[in-house]
Amino acid sequence: MIAIKLAYKNLVGAGLRTWLNVSVLSFAFVLMIFYNGMIEGWNRQARNDTQDWEIGQGQYWEPSFDRYDPYTYQDAHQVISEPIIQQIKKGLLTPILLVQANMYPQGRMQSVLLKGVDPKQNILKLPTSDLRFSSNETCAIIGKRLADENKLSVGDKVLVRWRDKNGMFDAIEIKIASIFKTDVPSVENGNMYLNIEVLQKMTGMTNEASILVAGKDSKLYDITNWDFKTPDFLLTDFDAMIQSKKAGGIIMSGLLLIIALLAIFDTQVLSIFRRQKEIGTYIAMGMTRSQVVGIFTVEGGAHSILAALVGAIYGIPLFIWLNKVGIPMAANSQDAGITIADTIYPYYSLDLIISSLLLVIISATIVSYMPARKIAKLKPTEALKGKIQ
Amino acid sequence: MKYIAIIILSLLSISIWAQTASEILQKIDDNMSSDNQIIESSMTIHGKRNSRTITSITYTVGTEKSFTEYLSPAREKGTKMLKLTDKLWIYSPSTDRTIQISGHMLRQSVMGSDMSYEDAMDDRKLSEVYEANIIGEETYEDKAVYVLELNATVNDIAYHSRKMWVDKQKFIPLKEELYAKSGQLLKQFTVSEVKKFNNRWYPTKMNYKDMLKQGKGTDMNVISIKFNQDIPEYIFTKAALKQ
Repeated sequence: MIAIKLAYKNLVGAGLRTWLNVSVLSFAFVLMIFYNGMIEGWNRQARNDTQDWEIGQGQYWEPSFDRYDPYTYQDAHQVISEPIIQQIKKGLLTPILLVQANMYPQGRMQSVLLKGVDPKQNILKLPTSDLRFSSNETCAIIGKRLADENKLSVGDKVLVRWRDKNGMFDAIEIKIASIFKTDVPSVENGNMYLNIEVLQKMTGMTNEASILVAGKDSKLYDITNWDFKTPDFLLTDFDAMIQSKKAGGIIMSGLLLIIALLAIFDTQVLSIFRRQKEIGTYIAMGMTRSQVVGIFTVEGGAHSILAALVGAIYGIPLFIWLNKVGIPMAANSQDAGITIADTIYPYYSLDLIISSLLLVIISATIVSYMPARKIAKLKPTEALKGKIQ
Repeated sequence: MKYIAIIILSLLSISIWAQTASEILQKIDDNMSSDNQIIESSMTIHGKRNSRTITSITYTVGTEKSFTEYLSPAREKGTKMLKLTDKLWIYSPSTDRTIQISGHMLRQSVMGSDMSYEDAMDDRKLSEVYEANIIGEETYEDKAVYVLELNATVNDIAYHSRKMWVDKQKFIPLKEELYAKSGQLLKQFTVSEVKKFNNRWYPTKMNYKDMLKQGKGTDMNVISIKFNQDIPEYIFTKAALKQ
């Protein structure tokens, strides 16, 4: 108790020096929580968006399908069996047929992946219902990015050429039924969504699909001749990117923390040097050396408690405000193919706050203890005289 | 009696026309196809700002094997292409690597031209995969031509139908239009010069145009052609690509 009282008096007595240390440490603390909260918020939003727009609760792939190998797309399709059709009717699965094609906006040739989707599906957020009321014309929905790149608007027609299952060319004009916007670039980039029945007819692949997307309520089980891929598998690349971002954040906040800890270390060294008479007095009054080491360690460590309190004073309102208004992201950040929302809402978990707090307190205590160990070697008589040892 | 005679005559004329059409197709194949051939040619690709010319030499045996080596410009020199049945490999000297072209890459253009790799691979004889009908006779570029309509008799062919303007004297298609299943015109092929090599006619200057794309298409110019030569078998191996 005496150690805490002394620590408080000495810290307050040190005035500006204490507050400088505390402010740098609190800044490191707040920045650590802010950065990790932002990454976690991005991670959560991106995972949810990717699941909502693209992967659902997992996907069943035709065994030869490999999303990283476009060579496999041509042959990766098979007939949907009757039990799967029942699941589709119940809204537990939705089929997607993939066909590579070229489109010719304004006479330019561009590769495009035709994706046949069920207009009645509710598993993915894609506005597939816009394909439901297509008249005699073949209609498609496309993402805003593809529309902007090719100067396409709703109602425009674009010539699309593809090969049917036997390799014979076919080409028709496809009308853009609607344009959607999503934070998931892989859903928009180079994809054109058509009614699956229309695409099956166009290619001669009657009742066939390349992948099946599982909905929220679907009981995940093995389906013969289809390989199930979990959301974690489908998000492997994104998770790896988040991990690398987190590592970058650790380096940045680590550097700031090291600066703050260096300041505490220097303060401790200076305190022990300047307060030798005080140390000698404590020992002369009957305190053991370890008790005196304890006083100085608590005093140094208390910087971190003060830093947490100061950080809370300006950090909590800041975090609440950021959580409300979000952090706007650069408009072109999705062009790099990364799933990122226009505005990121940081997510501060209790785990994040406690782990950051513990990291700051433990590291501040360790750097406070290290110079205080010197006290154990002091001779009380020399210390009382204030002689440098 | 009069009507029966007209019907019989009509049926007879249809059968004569059908026979003639297939004969024309056979004669075109006789001109265009050979057991093997070595062609040195140039390809002029017209871009938006400028045009560039690529020369190459191609060794072909039947419809299954083909080997092309690009001779100029310096940037493309040494690039080689090998086609064996339905597989295609390209060797690039700058990377010293051989890659197989398949799937969606087959739809990409050859050296930026209007011709795709899959166009270059489709070498089957017309008479084997199309049924022809004469739909008219007219004059094209001051030459008397048959106008033929070709419809595919097999499913695994790139173009569902074609329309040809065939020189009545030389049995060379002077103009050809290639259509998709939907009837959409996809490509156009025009011949501006035909020369006689031994006992056959062969187009030596032509233009190949992707009708869905803007631009002037790609000009092809045959510099020299030799038929039924002795081509060593090792040329049609992947090892020959790196030599």
